[in-house]
Formats: sequence, structure tokens, C-alpha cells
Amino acid sequence: MTRAEGTDRSWTVRLRRRISRTVPEGQWLPDRQPAYVRSWIYVFGVATLAAFLVVLASGVLLAIEGEAWWHVSSLGHFVNSMHLWSVELFMAFMVIHLWGKFFMAAWRGRRALTWITGAVAFLGSIGTAFTGYLSQSNFDSQWISTQAKDGLNAVGIGAFFNVLDPAQMLLWHIVLLPLLVGFLVVAHIILVRRHGVVPPFDAVPPAAQELEPRTAQVTSRTAHKNPPVGSPSVEAPDQEATR
Amino acid sequence: MTATQSRRRRRDETPDTHQFPTRPYDLVREFVIALGVVVVLTVGLAAVFSSPDRKAITLQDWARVAPNDVVATATAELAGTSTSASYGAPYNNASEGQKIGPLALQKLGGVQTPVDSANDLVIHPLQTVSGDATLTAALTTWTAAPDATRTGWATAYSEALAAVPDGDPGKVKAGDYGPVPTLATQFRTLAARGGLETLLADNAFYPSDQTRALLLLSDGAYLEDQARAENLGGDQWGMMNEAGNYPGQPWMWLYTFWYQVKPFSTSGNADALVWGLMMVLTAGLVLIPFIPGLRSLPKHLGVHKLIWRDEDRFRRV
Repeated sequence: MTRAEGTDRSWTVRLRRRISRTVPEGQWLPDRQPAYVRSWIYVFGVATLAAFLVVLASGVLLAIEGEAWWHVSSLGHFVNSMHLWSVELFMAFMVIHLWGKFFMAAWRGRRALTWITGAVAFLGSIGTAFTGYLSQSNFDSQWISTQAKDGLNAVGIGAFFNVLDPAQMLLWHIVLLPLLVGFLVVAHIILVRRHGVVPPFDAVPPAAQELEPRTAQVTSRTAHKNPPVGSPSVEAPDQEATR
Repeated sequence: MTATQSRRRRRDETPDTHQFPTRPYDLVREFVIALGVVVVLTVGLAAVFSSPDRKAITLQDWARVAPNDVVATATAELAGTSTSASYGAPYNNASEGQKIGPLALQKLGGVQTPVDSANDLVIHPLQTVSGDATLTAALTTWTAAPDATRTGWATAYSEALAAVPDGDPGKVKAGDYGPVPTLATQFRTLAARGGLETLLADNAFYPSDQTRALLLLSDGAYLEDQARAENLGGDQWGMMNEAGNYPGQPWMWLYTFWYQVKPFSTSGNADALVWGLMMVLTAGLVLIPFIPGLRSLPKHLGVHKLIWRDEDRFRRV
């Protein structure tokens, strides 16, 4: 067996190539962005991710001490308050991010899956927050669960998702739904990095205009064939003007 | 160019991001600053506003604060007229449940959490009490009687309770109620002693499932009275709120909204209809990229001009 044949059969090499094809090196953490990325609305995607981490961290602290801790400890109550307010911030940032992407029609250029993963992550986050309210073991969880059961039972979901069982809801809240949302967030970020930020409506790259205005447009389907953002081969003709 | 390529081009002519001129952008610094701001905001909001934690209502609290409500609820469970007793799936087959047109999704889900309201919520807990001859005799009479007789006793007593001020059992006129007055008042005594929640759970030592206790509590009027006092009623946008002046779940505003307007607010199938509508709207949100008209709406709304203030610079010259 030659060395090349051995390399081709290596699972490690195949995985590395697959990863490189998905998001080429340099696109994971580019130090440059398209010149049209110049608005505060872009901050809310990163802000959502930051708030998600604070939600996870405060949730982990609550999980370490157990479900009753925050009812009997002032420190536990403070951590619970952090968990509550980080969730409020997370959802607020995510909603602003979602509206921003809607107004940009950010699904253009073969980015439909990016939109779908983001929208489903939003729905998963609503479910995670909802099960959190059901897991509080206080008056709010009593009232919310007894009210919510009717909607879920009315469409058959209550048959396997029993909101009156706090133990089941706690497991959905701290294991199943965070895993789902975490997976969707990672997939969403990979897709954003793979396809890049959606251009403005009717935008045409300057180079394409110079070469062949009527035929040089390409879709992001070919993104992996192009040099990654920030690589030396991508020039910025108006770089000074955009700084 | 092939015909397929031509069709694709007509469908979506959005150019590749990586062909546009670029500018320096420090993603890591942006993330670290965002994380710092979020941490500061979270700590600040937690320190200033804290979080609500109104204690859960125990069945003992209920029996002590609203004893007549407990008696009325126990009687309704025995009569089969309480909400849980007449609910349908997933607790029992007492009703068809809600439908969306001809679609009976509630019934299709099946009885997965069986609850026999009279026996599981009232009789079985009372049967754990020992040393009370009056109660034992009442239970013996109840279990020996035919179903129709039991229902007749409990219904008559339920109506008699409703006819007196505050549902006070002490003011009920004499009648053919069988052992029901004894069972209902002894049930109140049992609840007031504490620990009824444990008797209602399948696993008494690790009672993690509170289905029966919560069904019993919500069959009474006390829980709802307390919730309405906190502006948490269904017609008070209750599902998205929580006790006290806290934001709750404002992201559920649309779901809660439908319950406030007709035909949902007056429909017996309101829950199923609202859920059906929200499922359609949710599918629409997720599948916007494939819905003609809706997917091109943002271009015509013009909000993108606030985002890309210099977008003309990137158009064809």
C-alpha cells in the first residue's frame, strides 16, 4: 500500500476534508467581512449567542445545587434571577435578530437552511423557557401547568408530554431541549460561516460588473470554491473608503 | 448554459458573499464585548429586580384557607362533574375532547395518564385513614352502592352546597345524600392534616408526578381565584405572565392573543383551534423561504434601506 492510498483510507483525513469542504479554513473566524456589513443589527446575532452562554452557565449552577436550592438560599435565588434575566435578554436579542434577518430576506442565495435552523432554534428556545417555568416548583408553575395542559391535551401532545409532571418537565428543560437548541445553534453558526452574510437586494460584486455584467453573477452554491473571506487573494478595492 | 442552470439563476440571483469587497471586522472582540455587556446587564437586572417566587399552594393550605371549596370539589369528583372527571383524554374517556373540525386529535392521543377522579382523588386517599369508624362505615356504604345511586347522592349534595351561602356544609338542608357529606368533610380534614399530595402520588416515597394533585387543585375554585388576583387568568393574558410585576413570557404574546378574540374566546374547542392556527403560522415562519410572495415581501417593505444605508453602492453601475 502506498502512502497516498493509506491517506485516502484514513477516517481522520476524510473527516478533515469533509470539515474543510463544509467551512473552508479561514471562514470559521474571518478577520474581514463584506463591506456592506455595517449596521448595528448584525450585533444581535452575536449578542444572542453571548446571552445563550450566560443562560447555560446560570442554568448549570442551578443544576449543580438542585431544584430546591433557589427557594432556600439567597445566593441560589440570585443565581435564579440571573437565569431569568439572561433568558429575557436572550429571547429579546433573538427576536430582534430574527426580525432583522426577515427584513434582509436573509434566506436568499441558498440560505434557506440557515433561516430554518434559526427559526426552529427560536421555537425550541420557547419550549425550553416554557418547561423552565413549569420546573420552578412554585405557584407560577402550578398555575401555568394547569392552564397549559388544556392546549397540549387538545391536540394530543399531552398524551406523552405531561406538563403536570414536574420531573418530566425538568428533564426536558435541562437535558432534551437544551441539547436540541444547542445542536441547532451550532448548525446555524456553521451555515452562517459557510455561506457568509447575505448581500443587499440586487447587489452585484464589482468584479462581476467589470468582467461580464449580464452573466457573471454566481450563487453562494459555489462559495466553497471561492477564496475565504480575509484570504490574501480577496482584495478590497474600496477598503479605505469603508473603514 | 443548461436549462437547469438558467432556471436556478432566474429563481435566485443573489450573488456569492465572497465576491464582494471586504472590510476589517473583529468577530472575537465583538463577541467578548457582547458577552461582557450581557453579563453586566444580567447581574444588574438580577440585583435590582430579583425574580418572583410565590410559594406553591399546598393542599393543606387550600383546606385551611378555603375549606368549603375543598368539600365542594370532593363532592364534584364523587359526582363525576368536576373538570377532571369529565375531561376525556389523556385522563379518561368521559368525553370526546376538543376537535379541529372533524379532527379529534385529543381522542387520538389516547388515555395515557389514567385518572379516575372519584376513586384516585378522593376515595383511595380516604381509605388510608384508619381508626375512624364513621368514615369506615361511609366508605363501606359508598363502595357497596350501585353507580347510579352514588351519582345521585353526590349530585344532590353538590346542588345543596351550591344553594347555601359560601357553600358552607353546616348550612345544607337535610336530604338523601348517602355517605357523601361524611366523605367530603372527612376529605377536607385529611387535606388539612397535610401530606395529601403524597397519598395522591403513585410513588409515595419519590412523588415526582403531581398530575393527580394538580388536577384536584385545579378542579377547585381557590387556585383560579388566586391566579386572577395576580392578573393571570386566561382572559387576562395569563399564559404569558407570572406572579408580580415581571415580564414573564412575552414571546408567547401571539398564542395568548388568540384566546382574547372571537371565535376562539367563545369556542368550546378554543384550545385545539388556537393550537391548530399556531401550528400553521409556525410552519409559515419556518418555511418563509419557500412561500411565493411572502419570501419577497421584505424587499418591498423598505426596512432594508435602514440596514444597508449605502446599498446603492453595490448595485449594477
